[in-house]
Amino acid sequence: MTIENKLSTIKYSPDTESHLRPDNEKCKSCKSKICQKVCPAGVYEWLEEEQRLLVKYENCLECGACRIACESKSLGWEYPKGTKGVLFKNG
Amino acid sequence: MSDIREQNKTEVIVVGGGPAGIACAVTIARAGHEVILIERGRFAGSKNVFGGAIYTQPTREIFPEFEKTAPLERKNIEHKYAILGKDDSTIISYRKKHEDPVSYSVIRGKFDRWMAEEAKKEGVILVEETVVRELIVENETVIGVKTELENYYANIVILADGVNSLLAKQIGLRETIEPKDVAISVKEVLKLDKEKINDRFNIADDEGCIYELFGGPMLGKLGLGFIYTNKDTITIGLGITLDEFGEDDSRPPYELLDNLKSHPSIAPLIKDSELLEYSAHLIPEGGYKKIPTLCGAGVMIVGDAAMLVNNLHWEGTNLAMISGKIAGETAVVALSKGDFSENSLIRYQNELEKTFIIKDLKTYKDLMDVMHAQKTSYLDYYLRKINSFFEMFTSVNSKPKRELYWNFIKNYFKEKNPKEILKDFGYAVKLLWGILIK
Repeated sequence: MTIENKLSTIKYSPDTESHLRPDNEKCKSCKSKICQKVCPAGVYEWLEEEQRLLVKYENCLECGACRIACESKSLGWEYPKGTKGVLFKNG
Repeated sequence: MSDIREQNKTEVIVVGGGPAGIACAVTIARAGHEVILIERGRFAGSKNVFGGAIYTQPTREIFPEFEKTAPLERKNIEHKYAILGKDDSTIISYRKKHEDPVSYSVIRGKFDRWMAEEAKKEGVILVEETVVRELIVENETVIGVKTELENYYANIVILADGVNSLLAKQIGLRETIEPKDVAISVKEVLKLDKEKINDRFNIADDEGCIYELFGGPMLGKLGLGFIYTNKDTITIGLGITLDEFGEDDSRPPYELLDNLKSHPSIAPLIKDSELLEYSAHLIPEGGYKKIPTLCGAGVMIVGDAAMLVNNLHWEGTNLAMISGKIAGETAVVALSKGDFSENSLIRYQNELEKTFIIKDLKTYKDLMDVMHAQKTSYLDYYLRKINSFFEMFTSVNSKPKRELYWNFIKNYFKEKNPKEILKDFGYAVKLLWGILIK
């Protein structure tokens, strides 16, 4: 099952702006790109050609794994606004 | 400014509507004090995720009659410890129909919401859909919280804001969390007919079964899996420490979960089920050595925010509730004295140290270090070895048994050099010593 299929089972109330703000300059020199590997929602995708980290923040499960795993500790991370983000019914 | 302070001033603010925050707030409200519980989700429980069971005795300490009205799924009567090889498994199981069940499976979206509603009935002021962005600190004392909309002031602020506790970090009560000190847990709640659940897990309608899964896709990694039975759903998931994702070929957590689901010993249990909801959360794994400073002037930290999880025994919500209760009692004592200094709130830490919470975390203080050092051995080699022993033991191949035993023993000494064997036993002794003696 793809991650998109899994995520389609979750209720979200997406915000219009991202609560996840990577420092793209630091991302360029990051070797591990570990955010892509730890994220349980596939939020992060490194676009090699554009040299840019794509952040699908609206899929975020607000776990905080990326914040802690980020090698350069440069990821701006905060909770979405009170009315926004993920809503688990069966957590 | 002072007008707003007066208007928005209460006795205690608790940040976070999980088991720790709710237990804390209700304890304070019962003593007749004004307490505001701030929850960032739409309702308490809507941002919360766990494996699957709450514990009866500690929950009764907070809500003595919870079993009468709380939304409970099943009372657990069986624990299965399954050691998964690549394609085989060895399972140890303990089953007992307790008169008084040790634990119940619950759904947090229902159970936490129920607890919060109960707390409201007892006088807690619940403010939902509100994120506390930072703590207001004056003269090195926490005097309130800044939310998106307005500031609230209080004599005491209690941080029950979960594993990420950005607030504890803001005021320097704890260091930056390292990847090895938390696990990412992913889980799926799967819809399945009640009758099928009962048949497959050998349980009656209201009975539950817990699987604790070692190995499988987590072989050689600091990770464990779990299965819980709910009324008409099954919960399956796994947790792996974040430092396990650094390898080039490491796969994301949801793929590991897919691998677990397709393991030949697991797949039949969840066959024909339908994914109802996927979720993820971090689990504090740092243990005793990573407990933050538990209090400061005007502030205390409880539950996951204080790293209070006993991972070996799958205990977290109970540590959360009891730490919340003790912090609540401490707040009540402090309010009666009118003293909110660190010297006054240190009572929380002192009382916590007398309980099973700090004692247990101390007992297992070396566990994670040993497991990190020994994971290729304890969490890979020996797990596979247990399975290969039973494969040998159950084989019928017209070979004499003594030959089979000696082959097994010879293989062990072929696969492990004396130094490794010494190390394996040395660490095991160190761990046991730490658990039983000091």
